[in-house]
Amino acid sequence: MSKRILIADDEQNIVISIEFLLRREGFDVLVAADGEEALASVRAERPDLVLLDVMMPKMNGFDVCQALRADPDLSGTRILMLTAKGRDTEVSKGLGLGADGYMTKPFSTKELLTEVRKLLGM
Amino acid sequence: MLEAPVVITAALLYLGLLFAVAWWGDRRADQGKSIIANPTIYALSMAVYCTTWTFYGSVGRAAVSGIGFLPVYLGPTLVMALGWFVLLKMIRIVKANRITSIADFISSRYGKSHLLGGLVTVIAVVGIIPYIALQLKAMSSTVSLLLSYPEIVMPGRSATMSVAADMSFYIALILAAFTIVFGTRHLDATERHEGMVAAIALESGVKLVAFLAVGVFVTYGIYNGLGDIFEHVATHPDLRHLVSAIPSGQGYTGWFALIVLSAMALLFLPRQFQVAVVENVNEAHLKRAAWLFPLYLLLINIFVLPIALGGLLHFAGQGVDADTFVLTLPMSQRHEGLTLLVFIGGLSAGTGMVIVETIALSTMVCNDLVMPLLLRHKRQSLEESKDLSGLLLGIRRGAIVAILLLGYLYFRLAGEAYALVAIGLISFSAVAQFAPAMIGGMYWRGGTRGGALAGLAAGFVVWGYTLLLPSFAKSGWLPAAFLTQGMFGIELLRPQQLFGLSGLDEISHCLFWSLFANIGAYVGVSLLRPPMVAEATQATVFVDALKDTGQLGAVLWRGRAKVSDLQGLVGRFLGPARAQAAFAAYARRQGRGKLVTLEADAQLVQFAESLLAGAIGSASARVMVASVAKEEPLSIDEVMHILDEASQLRTYSRELERKSRELTAATLELQEANERLQELDRVKDDIMSSVTHELRTPLTSIRAFSELLRDDPKMHLADRERFLGLIVSEAERLTRLINQTLDLAKIESGRADWNGCELDLKEVVEQSIAATSQLFREKEAQVDVDLPDNLPPILADRDRLIQVMLNLLSNAVKFLAPGTGRVRVGLRALADGLEVSVTDNGPGIRPADQELIFEKFRQVGDTMTAKPSGTGLGLPISRRIVEHFGGRLWVESVPGEGATFRFTLPFAEANVEATVA
Amino acid sequence: MHRRILAGDRLIAAFLVGCALFNYPLLSVFDRHAVIFELPLVYAYVFAAWAFVIGLMAWAVERRVK
Repeated sequence: MSKRILIADDEQNIVISIEFLLRREGFDVLVAADGEEALASVRAERPDLVLLDVMMPKMNGFDVCQALRADPDLSGTRILMLTAKGRDTEVSKGLGLGADGYMTKPFSTKELLTEVRKLLGM
Repeated sequence: MLEAPVVITAALLYLGLLFAVAWWGDRRADQGKSIIANPTIYALSMAVYCTTWTFYGSVGRAAVSGIGFLPVYLGPTLVMALGWFVLLKMIRIVKANRITSIADFISSRYGKSHLLGGLVTVIAVVGIIPYIALQLKAMSSTVSLLLSYPEIVMPGRSATMSVAADMSFYIALILAAFTIVFGTRHLDATERHEGMVAAIALESGVKLVAFLAVGVFVTYGIYNGLGDIFEHVATHPDLRHLVSAIPSGQGYTGWFALIVLSAMALLFLPRQFQVAVVENVNEAHLKRAAWLFPLYLLLINIFVLPIALGGLLHFAGQGVDADTFVLTLPMSQRHEGLTLLVFIGGLSAGTGMVIVETIALSTMVCNDLVMPLLLRHKRQSLEESKDLSGLLLGIRRGAIVAILLLGYLYFRLAGEAYALVAIGLISFSAVAQFAPAMIGGMYWRGGTRGGALAGLAAGFVVWGYTLLLPSFAKSGWLPAAFLTQGMFGIELLRPQQLFGLSGLDEISHCLFWSLFANIGAYVGVSLLRPPMVAEATQATVFVDALKDTGQLGAVLWRGRAKVSDLQGLVGRFLGPARAQAAFAAYARRQGRGKLVTLEADAQLVQFAESLLAGAIGSASARVMVASVAKEEPLSIDEVMHILDEASQLRTYSRELERKSRELTAATLELQEANERLQELDRVKDDIMSSVTHELRTPLTSIRAFSELLRDDPKMHLADRERFLGLIVSEAERLTRLINQTLDLAKIESGRADWNGCELDLKEVVEQSIAATSQLFREKEAQVDVDLPDNLPPILADRDRLIQVMLNLLSNAVKFLAPGTGRVRVGLRALADGLEVSVTDNGPGIRPADQELIFEKFRQVGDTMTAKPSGTGLGLPISRRIVEHFGGRLWVESVPGEGATFRFTLPFAEANVEATVA
Repeated sequence: MHRRILAGDRLIAAFLVGCALFNYPLLSVFDRHAVIFELPLVYAYVFAAWAFVIGLMAWAVERRVK
């Protein structure tokens, strides 16, 4: 069974590119365009991994991350934060809130795949 | 009448009197009724500066070089003018750190270094020994002279006598015994000797009275006043040069060198440091001493030249040593009472110097030389011993005897070759070596232990080579070739023309080379590396001594210790009873009944360390306290942090004391301005972060698509074309963003180009609508215009206004629903200008967001289903453009019913100033 | 506070005056064969200058500034 990944980002073109990339690698891909949608999607679809943008409408990535980690049912969901803000404080904030990994935009598609596979234990 | 028993009895009676005074002074001190708490007594005790050198030697010097004896008193006079600053600072430092000697002072300043304390002690002992020899020489020769009374027979050479027959040997022993009784009856944490100071002050009085008596006797008894003596001299071709000018051999350089040298000696001679700094009971006494002590020096020197000249005239051709004129002139007149008074005066000068100097040196030898060695090699037995105060007293007593015997030895070796003053100057030059480390340590934070060690060692070696060794050579103990041909026969190494430097007298020569080496090494080595923790800490304690540092030392200590351990430790060195009393007094001062409780705080540890420092020196005290206290080392960063904080606190509290209301208000204003600046800084930081975020977003897509295309050459053509299209549009977005960011930055910094001219606003609006018609067609939106004719012109930049209009129109169209969208563009005249409005029937903007959208990068995307595709800079730029031409741009909106953006621009006539500006 | 600073400045001034009076070149002006009040000029000068500096210092520290 292929692993399920949710892409949560409000930048449409970024979503298109990652979606294409992950589908090509055989993943089952879901998409959310804002924080609330992402949270709902995780609860409903139970993806194995969430690629979470920080700057999103309605609910930012940090809040989504915190909400996910507060829910014991979702403890198995891995979270990879993606953000265009690469400052150290941002990184440590994300990791402090329980994210499993952190990537700064722009990223290399190869590295993204490596990180995704690592988090999924593949 | 002046037979041996009379002389000896008189001398012993006088010493007995001194001892009685000292004993009484100590007793009064123990009762808390100090007899030396008096500025005049303090000034008199400083007059221990005047030794037999002054009493007998000055006349001898004057007989050779006229007023050349004077600079060594002018130097101290000048120093006393600065004493209010330098001595005050030393006193504060000494009191705060319980420092007991110069060695302790320097060692403590440079991080409580044993090595440094030891080096200073060695220099002090070696340097002072000639000076002690001088006293022995003067005292023994006056005793021999007196014993041959009424004949005047110059004493024979001591060196030819056996030790057992040598009077000066016995004098040395008697002085040692007397000093031991004076100075080491008990140990005190502060190492102060009130009784001794009282006795020294008395001695200063006696020697002044005696010298003035001789002066008056010679001037007005033997001759008819000063004029008479100088008239006699004027007729004497051999003597005329003495009353006219600075002696040719010395010159102005030598004169100046002696002033400098004596100025340093007054500060750094161990005995001067002892009476002026360690024994000071009240720093206010410095004020009186500032002029009273120089006055004393002036008085004791007034009759020097007359006595010298009188002696030279009187004893012409009789081979009487001028160093003895003070005694031999009254002797020659058979004036027995005055002769005895002079002898007692000379005894005062000699014993005063020897007592204070050897006590000061023995404290150094014990605290900075012997204790550190014992700590290193006999630590075990020291820690086991219950009461070490006996051991400490024993060490000091042994040191006193040893120092006096060394003085005697130097006297036997080299004493005969020099006049009294010349011997004294050798010692002055030695203690001058302390100047860089001391003064540098008090005023320069950068001095380090390595620098102080290097400077002192270099100065000491040069001093030994250029002054001490030649004194042996001149006495025949080293080959004379050493002087004339230099070491190993190398001319450049001639000790008194080092590296070919000639034209200076030997003292100036030594002073120049030794201080050159000393200061050079001190500063040079100090600059090699930054100070370490201990050095930086002590540097602050010393350099900031005049500021209220409070308990800085305690703050800089972090660790744990038990009160009982500390008291036990102090008790071992001071005796249990004294320790008990000291701790009880401490508890009372702190407002606590008993100290038995639990753990000691940093202040108590500091207190214990300072108690010990008095007895065994600060470096050893640190080691001993460390043995019972678990100290956690502070890093240099922590120390600097604490120091910074402490100095900030100090500054702050002082400011508060002084400041008037206006100043306080000004401070507040400054603070606000600072906060505003910080706020601006933060905003700037936020904007930078936003800009990078906005730049990274399109870059992310571009990179991802590019990599996809690169990695998959067999991609479907449709995907390929779609991705390439996206890359192009993201690249365009990036370009737009960069342009707008730069544009905004230009406008904000005032560097934008504005081409203001009179415009017909209607034409601008129509042109803009035409330019965006394609956008409206794509959304199938309808545009209504309401543009009246013949409106007055406004003054603005055409391109900039079009930029504003395009922005508003494209914004409006962006949020229109496809097919049903309507945009209305209106233009109307107001009282003082024109107003343009752009109204859409889109989703509208929440009231909370209506100002937000004019901030940079604040797209209010969360009210909409999709994120707007702008840069977030269009509206902020538009608003700045409108405002530049004196107008206003704002939005009115009811969510769900669309939004109206409006801007105004004033008429051209009203607008002239705004555009010109 | 002010009194202290003033006294300090006066002491420094006394120091500087002393440095000037006691050294070359001022000293050399008086360094010649001459007699004043029956005294050799340089002898009288040095003591007078010395007394003056001491007086200056006494004035600096003892005088109360109103």
